[in-house]
Amino acid sequence: MRVLLIGIALLFLTLFLFVPLLAVFAEALKKGWDTYVAAIIEPDAWSAIKLTLLTAVIAVPLNLVFGVAAAWSIAKFEFRGKNILLTLIDLPFSVSPVISGLIYVLIFGAQGWIGPWLRDHDIKILFAVPGIVLATVFVTFPFVARELIPLMQSQGNEEEEAALVLGASGWKTFWHVTLPNIKWGLLYGVILCNARAMGEFGAVSVVSGHIRGETNTIPLQVEILYNEYNFSAAFAVASLLALLALVTLALKSFIEWRLHETTPQPSRQEH
Amino acid sequence: MHAAVTEINHKKAASRVMPGFNLSLGFTVFYLGLIVLIPLSAVFLKTFTMTWDAFWATVTSERVVASYKLSFGASLLGATINVVFGGIVAWVLVRYRFPGKKLIDALVDLPFALPTAVAGIALTALYSSNGWLGRYLEPLGIKVAFTPLGVIVALTFIGLPFVVRTVQPVLEDVERELEEAAASLGATRLQTFLRVVLPTILPALLTGFALAFARATGEYGSVIFIAGNMPMVSEITPLFIVTKLEQYDYAGATAIAVVMLLASFTLLLTINLLQAWVRNRGRAKKV
Repeated sequence: MRVLLIGIALLFLTLFLFVPLLAVFAEALKKGWDTYVAAIIEPDAWSAIKLTLLTAVIAVPLNLVFGVAAAWSIAKFEFRGKNILLTLIDLPFSVSPVISGLIYVLIFGAQGWIGPWLRDHDIKILFAVPGIVLATVFVTFPFVARELIPLMQSQGNEEEEAALVLGASGWKTFWHVTLPNIKWGLLYGVILCNARAMGEFGAVSVVSGHIRGETNTIPLQVEILYNEYNFSAAFAVASLLALLALVTLALKSFIEWRLHETTPQPSRQEH
Repeated sequence: MHAAVTEINHKKAASRVMPGFNLSLGFTVFYLGLIVLIPLSAVFLKTFTMTWDAFWATVTSERVVASYKLSFGASLLGATINVVFGGIVAWVLVRYRFPGKKLIDALVDLPFALPTAVAGIALTALYSSNGWLGRYLEPLGIKVAFTPLGVIVALTFIGLPFVVRTVQPVLEDVERELEEAAASLGATRLQTFLRVVLPTILPALLTGFALAFARATGEYGSVIFIAGNMPMVSEITPLFIVTKLEQYDYAGATAIAVVMLLASFTLLLTINLLQAWVRNRGRAKKV
């Protein structure tokens, strides 16, 4: 029974996880190392890499600040409507990526709420970098908050109260008492947020306009190359994202281990 | 008595001491409104510009209905596959020791970390007629890539971690003594599993199923490469929204988006109720 169950589990995971992962690297290196490197340093791919990094550098800190503010208010205070607020924070996770892009088209598009005004003032949001950043902020919105809220709730207020009673200011208490306590949880949220920010496809695809070398992120560049039947280049660029995923998983396991060491907390669930 | 009074006073003083409530809650609500609530409300406001008849005609047109059937049907099948195999994976990871277990446990989250477009092209390459798996399946008459079967494969992939990760912690908390007691009282292994283990992990299995299902209905990136996207056959609902947008039919795209949003909100509510059930089960057991 034991061997049978382990066998079934491994077969399932091999078929659905390991083989697809391996296929990315195998296809990327099919035509040799030189083709691989050439595909990555090609100007359009390079500009996609830069745009992806820029998007993550803006979106992740925004959601980091939000996550800390939301966790502080929800974990440290009691107020009415807290459960509704918690549900609303999770909302972007249950919205299809395509709809996450659509909402910004409805606001900033030519037929949108402020589209005409933007056009008159020559401000480009849709089919430009700001739209891509906004859609990314939307899809990665809950990541940091949902890691920090349960962590800060389980830690309670005692340490902060002690610091405040001893005369520390609010900011000082936050920097020297709260932040050291939540740093691993914070990092955990940031890493997941970053992985999604760099890998988002559906939402960004709707707002990007697919202008080569200008509004293509790495996942969109993968799509374009793939649709042009340039498979080895598509997989070469995709392998960068697969590497990012592996680094993310490694860091995630490391932080889970650290969190387990520092705070004996109830088993974590995620989705 | 005296200690109790000081304790109460201390608590009162402390709750006044904690600073930053207005600032943090104010910013949270402002940012939530700006990024999430106002943009989402645009979907509903936009549909109000349509007449009811036009809305109804759009969301019940033959091609759209075919896409609902595919999206929901394939999501249901994918989530069901994940309940069965995800349940086995969770069981194996909690109950057995074997080499490479830690690594495998970490890799279960791969579908969360791997960008959907990458998963999409990798699965397509595997299952196309000259791919590693497709070349063996096709002679058997099984076509996966560019058929509804491919949609199911992609949706199984992206939903894989949900069941494993919701069942795992519950299984870790299960008291093995109960199973041993059942066995010593003469229950067979199957009886022990059905009467003792299954009822405990059932809420978690259902939650995992609902999460995987909800994620699958909205999925776009991993599906569009492998689906082939033939109208009436292998066209998922999210793709339909994109197609409408590309034709500048914003009202049509929004109408279908409203239907999808209502379905996701219903699922979200169900998931919240299921999760409350899982928590209550845990609490009741400890008392």
